[in-house]
Amino acid sequence: MAQDLGYLKETASQTAGPYVHIGLTPNFCGIGGVYEADLGASMVNDRTLGQRITVTGRVIDGAGMPLKDALVEIWQADAAGLYNSPSERRGAADPNFAGWGRSPTGADDGMFTFETVKPGRVPFHDGRLMAPHISFWIVARGINIGLHTRMYFPDEAAANAADPLLARIEHRHRAETLVAAGRTPNYVFDIHLQGEKETVFLDI
Amino acid sequence: MSGDQSGGENDRPETGAFFARDRAWHPPAFAPGYKSSVLRSPQKALLSLDGTLSEITGPVFGHSMLGELDNDLIHNFAKPGESAIGERIIVHGRVLDERGRPVQDALVEFWQANAGGRYRHRKESYLAALDPNFGGCGRAITNGDGHYCFRTVKPGAYPWPNGVNDWRPAHIHFSIFGHGFAQRLITQMYFEGDPMIWKCPIVGAIPDRRAIEQLIAALDWGNTVPMDARAYKFDIVLRGRRSTFFENRPEGN
Ligand SMILES: [Fe+3]
Repeated sequence: MAQDLGYLKETASQTAGPYVHIGLTPNFCGIGGVYEADLGASMVNDRTLGQRITVTGRVIDGAGMPLKDALVEIWQADAAGLYNSPSERRGAADPNFAGWGRSPTGADDGMFTFETVKPGRVPFHDGRLMAPHISFWIVARGINIGLHTRMYFPDEAAANAADPLLARIEHRHRAETLVAAGRTPNYVFDIHLQGEKETVFLDI
Repeated sequence: MSGDQSGGENDRPETGAFFARDRAWHPPAFAPGYKSSVLRSPQKALLSLDGTLSEITGPVFGHSMLGELDNDLIHNFAKPGESAIGERIIVHGRVLDERGRPVQDALVEFWQANAGGRYRHRKESYLAALDPNFGGCGRAITNGDGHYCFRTVKPGAYPWPNGVNDWRPAHIHFSIFGHGFAQRLITQMYFEGDPMIWKCPIVGAIPDRRAIEQLIAALDWGNTVPMDARAYKFDIVLRGRRSTFFENRPEGN
């Protein structure tokens, strides 16, 4: 026997269920008057630095149907490649850009939408710059533990080719699942939960 | 979203990557007893990666964003002078990380059915009555000790289309946002003594009984308010992060 390390176990995940919008985007689902606005609904203001972009997409199940009860969150660096976070020690990020957004998938078309700025490049562990990317997290009914992935930009071919995370995808053709479609300033990022085009999800 | 961090060890922002997630402790993505997971579970291996800056960082939610009734579900949707119907309870606890340290300034959001087991949602089809004074959502931010609390009514159990006769045990949904995007967690809280916990296919997707017991809030008699509300205590553990004492990262920690 040795000393007990004394660590706790992470609380087990449970599905967000069919009504995650009640909790996280109540105004969107008709519960008005509790919060002024849904958290994470707007990411930029008129002083935010950088190039404005729009990212839309759907979360698609194994039968090809878009989820209408999902919730998507994104997290990204500012235009200069700095995160607005206490754990960011390289400098101060744009005070007019929190870098975090939250969107329900729409009840009609299953689309999520983010109005944001194009992120700058952020270093990997070894100091190499990663290609510009946006981190995604997806929860919904039927998803037992939230899914992490990343979106890269289609007009950054050279940076993508040198990106350390994309380089680790063994099935090379699957790297394409992390690259959005569309072009400046409107990008489309469809997330496939299963099938031929299953998105690469991350254990990070 | 600006941090008014104060007090103790949490003052020093941490920059270590998170402990690897013990995926055998969590429910697997594909759990056929919970039928919705069949078409919504990734089938290929996840790409494992030690967290980069993109995962170890996260936004800070300031206490200033909270409204006075945000953590009072009995009143935050009720007409003035009225209140939600049901058993009045207080739910409180601490958000800790795997090292047992309090997670300060964590955003805790919760949502639930009303006392009859009915959600306020246009897709909800259960015949139980809506309570005009109950919305079903609330939020809090942990203090320096990692503590949160809210007041609500005990949610009812409800039937759901899965097996022929499946019911959810009484539960409250929780979303927790700690200090890093990779710590993001959604879970559900159950109530001590409820025999329905052990019949539920969603609970049953969790492989380890101890992980299920960790989701069951204990009746906290000590904190029960006489003639007012019973208390339940529910602690939540987020991923811990490695110390960075001997790490020397090029990006300049
Ligand atoms: Fe529920």
